[in-house]
Amino acid sequence: MNSVIPFLPLMVGAFAAILLRGWLRNTVMLIAPIVGAINLMGLEHGVFWSLEFMGYTLEPVRVDKLSMMFGYLFHLASLIAIIYALHVKDTVQHVAGLAYAASAVGAVFAGDLLTLFIFWELLALTSVFLVWARRTDRAYSAGFRYLIFQVLSGVLLLAGLLILAQVNNSLLFNQISLQHEGIAQIGAWLIFFAFGIKCAFPFMHTWLTDAYPESTPSGTIFLASFTTKVAVYAFARGFPGEEILVWIGVTMACFPIFFAVIENDLRRVLAYSLINQIGFMIVGIGIGTAIALNGAVAHAFNDVIFKGLLMMTMGAVLHMTGKINGSELGGLYKSMPKTTILCIVGAASISAFPLFSGFVSKSMIMAAAVAEGYDVVWLALLFAAAGVFHHAGIKIPFFAFFAHDSGIRTTEPPVNMLIAMTLAAIACVVLGSFPAQTVYALLPWEHDYQPYDVTHVLTQLQLLFFSALAFVWLNLRNMYPPELPSTNLDVDWLYRKLVPSFAIKVASTSYNAYEKMENSAINAIKRMSQKSYDAESDKPKGYFAKLWPIETMVVWVAVLLSSYLVLYYILS
Amino acid sequence: MLEQHLAALPILLPLIAAPIALILGRSSFSWAFATLISACACLFAWQLLDLALANGVISYEVGGWPPPWGIELRVDAANAFVLLAVSALSTLVLLYSKDSIEKEIEASKHTLYYTAHLLCFAGLSGILLTGDAFNLFVFLEISSLATYTMVSLASDRRSLIAAFRYLVMGTIGATFILIGVGLLYMSTGTLNMLDLANRIDIAESGRTINTGLAFIMVGVSIKLALFPLHMWLPSAYTYAPSAVTAFLASTATKVAVYVMIRFIFTVFGVDHVFGSMGMDLILMALAIVAIFKCSYKATVQSDVKTVLAYSSVAQIGYMILGISLVSATGLMAGLIHIFNHALMKGALFMAVGAVFYRVGSVDITAFRGLGKQMPLTMAAFTIAGLSIIGVPLTVGFVSKWYLVTAALEQNQWIVAALVLGGSLLAVIYIGRILEAAYFQERPDSQNTTEIKEVPWLMLAPMWALVLANIYFGVDTSLTTEAASSAAEWLFQNNEMPLGNQAEAK
Repeated sequence: MNSVIPFLPLMVGAFAAILLRGWLRNTVMLIAPIVGAINLMGLEHGVFWSLEFMGYTLEPVRVDKLSMMFGYLFHLASLIAIIYALHVKDTVQHVAGLAYAASAVGAVFAGDLLTLFIFWELLALTSVFLVWARRTDRAYSAGFRYLIFQVLSGVLLLAGLLILAQVNNSLLFNQISLQHEGIAQIGAWLIFFAFGIKCAFPFMHTWLTDAYPESTPSGTIFLASFTTKVAVYAFARGFPGEEILVWIGVTMACFPIFFAVIENDLRRVLAYSLINQIGFMIVGIGIGTAIALNGAVAHAFNDVIFKGLLMMTMGAVLHMTGKINGSELGGLYKSMPKTTILCIVGAASISAFPLFSGFVSKSMIMAAAVAEGYDVVWLALLFAAAGVFHHAGIKIPFFAFFAHDSGIRTTEPPVNMLIAMTLAAIACVVLGSFPAQTVYALLPWEHDYQPYDVTHVLTQLQLLFFSALAFVWLNLRNMYPPELPSTNLDVDWLYRKLVPSFAIKVASTSYNAYEKMENSAINAIKRMSQKSYDAESDKPKGYFAKLWPIETMVVWVAVLLSSYLVLYYILS
Repeated sequence: MLEQHLAALPILLPLIAAPIALILGRSSFSWAFATLISACACLFAWQLLDLALANGVISYEVGGWPPPWGIELRVDAANAFVLLAVSALSTLVLLYSKDSIEKEIEASKHTLYYTAHLLCFAGLSGILLTGDAFNLFVFLEISSLATYTMVSLASDRRSLIAAFRYLVMGTIGATFILIGVGLLYMSTGTLNMLDLANRIDIAESGRTINTGLAFIMVGVSIKLALFPLHMWLPSAYTYAPSAVTAFLASTATKVAVYVMIRFIFTVFGVDHVFGSMGMDLILMALAIVAIFKCSYKATVQSDVKTVLAYSSVAQIGYMILGISLVSATGLMAGLIHIFNHALMKGALFMAVGAVFYRVGSVDITAFRGLGKQMPLTMAAFTIAGLSIIGVPLTVGFVSKWYLVTAALEQNQWIVAALVLGGSLLAVIYIGRILEAAYFQERPDSQNTTEIKEVPWLMLAPMWALVLANIYFGVDTSLTTEAASSAAEWLFQNNEMPLGNQAEAK
């Protein structure tokens, strides 16, 4: 075996980026993912590295087709994101981005839960710097909320794996499933929720729509590529075929559409659409047949590329104009024609136009849903697909590049940004046009699926046509929700407004009560000691003396001694 | 010759060296001498641990008098393990203190500091190695008296009051231990621990012996700063010189925990202490309150040394919690945490001492912007802080892991949850300091150019501990092997069923 540990090239690149400057760092950063990908080719399937840790067998690196697929994906995504970020002169973003990609690679090759947990937390710790790199107050506080969610996910994972380790006496990361006896059930659910938080389940998704749009233009590309996809991978490995995932996935696919349609910040629109796409993948994992699972991971693969492309075009807009709200943009196609075309490619991919990448994977999931008899799910997914086309396929390009002319005149973004976007766009077309040679070849489960038959293509084209019609009609009638500078309330209102105003009151009241009780206890002891010893008033002054005079400490000694003796007396 | 008396050397060497250090007079001479002695003792401790792991118990008859008449030194895996930690910490702290005490102790008192340090070290080694209950009290007093001196050496005059409070409480604790040992002697007529263990016949004069046990437990609880008998500790740690705090926080209370383990497991027996006296209930309750109450107190302090002092009390709660679980794994978790906590707290207090060396204050406001000014010191503080929180790849994680495993083994789900909950409080109090260091700007009023990294002689021991934090967090074979064999050995002498030992490999 000539290969090294999969995440090593990227991690070494991250450390090198700390020390190097200028073109040297750029070269190293570009080489790192390429070397990493070549390194992956040399890996053989099986356990690459195992060791004993505290009595458990750990497999920090285990290679199979599923992890291999995500491994390639993450290297490709990091290469594109790095090219996109080359012009940035910010060590924090470069180092954090590379280390973040390395953690994601490490996570998908983790063969045991403990290693997974370590990379899980590393993902959180490295990625938060990408949010903070925007260096605004909003980004700072959004980053903190993001970090709290991510760390909470890690803690749940740790708690769950401890329970499972105790019950199964093994830490290996295989299928976990939700059906267990007794306490293992709790462990499995804890892990389920840990994955769920990272996967942006409904009501746990706010960290995503909160933090991603606050990051820098290039930071968001990294963010959109890794965290949620690692969670999708974890679900595919740990909980394939859990029926509850189908319903969670359908909810995720549908509800963000409403938010995305009324949202003004275009990158936040994309963040909502990210959740919506993950919803498709989760449905696929929940259905659990080979074709559905293949569809889910293939869609994860494609989503990273086309969502990255869309995020990059919006990042380019933000970078060049300094604005990202739909209400302030418009008419940019005149000054950014190349970006416009690239954005339309991304939009076509996410809307699953035939010959673009979204089509070949999304139709797999839909077909699997029909094959397994989930008719309602299929209808809901159809609705979601139409919604995607609406908000991501039409709204994003329309409001940014067309619509009314905002009068902004700018130029195309820097060359490296264009190159990165072009790469992603080419990938979208290649993946969509030649799926059998590219993405299907990597799929982990055995399957036989042909995306380009009459039914699939016709259904999809009809769907796209009618939702385009709906958009045009609504727009002509002035019934389409206009782009307004507004703040939309999501469930994070619960913890950003409601909890601070309500729960803090409850907490402070109960703490006051506790404090009062404690104070009265201390006062009682003080009184007792003064009564029994008739203390003089010339106590030594000072903070500590005032708080706990020696006699109080001695009283405690007596209390403890007597409690030992009383307990002994009672027991005997 | 050397082999033969190996067991006595870690005590005798510093004890004899202490007056010599005083006679040497010059600060740098006595520094070099004390460090050398401590390093030698550390080497001997290493050999002792090797021997103890290979051969089991080593018994040494002091003055050639066989036990139970003479004093016996007994080396086993448990105390050799703690001794190694103590002597290594002592050496590192001595290395560190050369520069550190220049800013915190008057020049005329430097030799006094080294003398007191060596005496304290000798006392601690004695406590660990002795197999005689009264002798243990004697060594306890030697180390304690030296400690009071060391605390009072700081040029900050508030240290005098802190030392006085410590003196009073420490003396009460020592007296209680003496009373307890006296009661034991009264009913058994022997002072050798093994002999005591054989002769403690509960049926015969249960009340005297149990009262003795209660006195000893309370006395030791004062020494190890078990909540609510901990109030001497925050002030002593806050006002003592940083080097002293680093040494005390990482060794003195740990040795007291060891004494408690020794009395519970070797002398009285698990069955008696936990079974018929029900002390595990009290210990567990106090440990849990300590973890939460003191971690909370740590979050509201403004003086970073006080923060860490309260955190120490909380961490002692974790050790006692491990003991109170009454299982080999729990005891093992406690022992591992003794070692691991020494590594983390040593590094943390050294980093704080380094900040005092440059900034002249350890208030949390003094930490603002230090991430840029003193990157190495603050990186050390960060890693050690993560270790306190229990982040994987650090020793703190190993401790928490075994503690939670032990709790789960006993089906104490709530305890396991509380251990993890306590870590969240640690996130807050460490996080506050890190936030000040990395995310807040240095106020303009202070001259920022003067603040730079501390001398390498301070950085080297600090980083040695930080690297140890990571090394023992990844390669756990030494600590777990020593701790598990110690825990098993301690449990073997008890007739109580060992419980599920799947964990202790």
